[in-house]
Amino acid sequence: MKKLIDFKVFLKGIWKENPILFIMLGLCPVLAVSSSVKDALGMGIAVIFVLTGSNFVISSIKKIVPSYVRIPVYIVVIATFVTITDYTLAAFSPQIHRNLGVYLPLIVVNCIILGRAEGFASKNNILNSILDGLGMGIGFSLIIFVIASIREIIGNGTFLSRSILGVSYNPFLIMIMPPGAFLVIGLLIALKQRIEKGGKEKC
Amino acid sequence: MLNESNLFFIFLSAFLINNILLIRFLGLCSFIGISTNIKSSIGMGIAVIFVTVMACSISWAVYNLLLVPFHLEYLRTTTFILTIASFVQFEEMIIRKKLPTLYRAFGIYLPLITTNCAILASAFLGIDYKFSFIQNVFFSLGISVGYCFVIIVFAAIREEIEIAPISESFKGVPIAFIIAALMSLAFLGFKGLFKL
Repeated sequence: MKKLIDFKVFLKGIWKENPILFIMLGLCPVLAVSSSVKDALGMGIAVIFVLTGSNFVISSIKKIVPSYVRIPVYIVVIATFVTITDYTLAAFSPQIHRNLGVYLPLIVVNCIILGRAEGFASKNNILNSILDGLGMGIGFSLIIFVIASIREIIGNGTFLSRSILGVSYNPFLIMIMPPGAFLVIGLLIALKQRIEKGGKEKC
Repeated sequence: MLNESNLFFIFLSAFLINNILLIRFLGLCSFIGISTNIKSSIGMGIAVIFVTVMACSISWAVYNLLLVPFHLEYLRTTTFILTIASFVQFEEMIIRKKLPTLYRAFGIYLPLITTNCAILASAFLGIDYKFSFIQNVFFSLGISVGYCFVIIVFAAIREEIEIAPISESFKGVPIAFIIAALMSLAFLGFKGLFKL
């Protein structure tokens, strides 16, 4: 077993092993809810909560779950946290809940969460698993925030629903429509490959 | 409009106007991962059609006959994912026993489908739109045919682009997303197909 608390575990989710840019997991919600910064933040917080919570529970029950039923058990744990998030958000912020729509319950099949449960939480101690969940969740939220900012500013001329480009700006509508999402993430990944200096393809 | 009882409109709307991959962004992991060659895309596409229609019908029945009468709607997420996962397992066993040729053709795509969010999403959407059973079948058929169609076309384009001279940093996944953006733009045009 590794050290009790290892802060590198927390930091690697933000850049080195960023779930979106580097492992290419959990793309669906990133593209779907990134047309406004507010929804993107809501989604980011939901994912951080579910990821940290499920990592915590899975890491604490890892010794008592027989390995051949572990995947169904993980799925039930994750689904429970997703349901909690779904109903909490519906109670406290019905507006965001309505905008996120079907993508909120779909966090349950988000590959990041099951991937971290299987790949990290089932092998590491509780504290490190919580840190890993937080790091990965924040890494995810950062990317979704960046994409949403680009799309909202260019596509609507606003940021968090406040006009920042002035009334004379003619919004480039296509950016907040579906094609814009594909375009922005394509360019972001290209930029990442550029930074890595011709790094090899990961999928 | 989706609430319209006309089955053909439901099918067409799920297939073209609200295409699951290009407009709703679901099932993208398998879309980007598998579409590097046409053959495996066809396999995946057909497996998705098969599983979506069956899984959506079963989830519809579970929701309306089991969860609603007992007021357990909040268990929706948990039950659906378990229903779909166990259904895929069950189906895999049956196909392996009874139809070995088909099993070899599906290969690894059948188990992979469990984590495909397009399936779970169509189950959720069918419930959200309050479809009847027959409407739900047509809706899931439209979604999965749309998935199959787009992934095959996309794979064909991607095979060509492999040999095209493109900038080093765009190689691989980034150019795939740019293609998807252009295809999505084309699909946006279907919005005017009938009045919404």
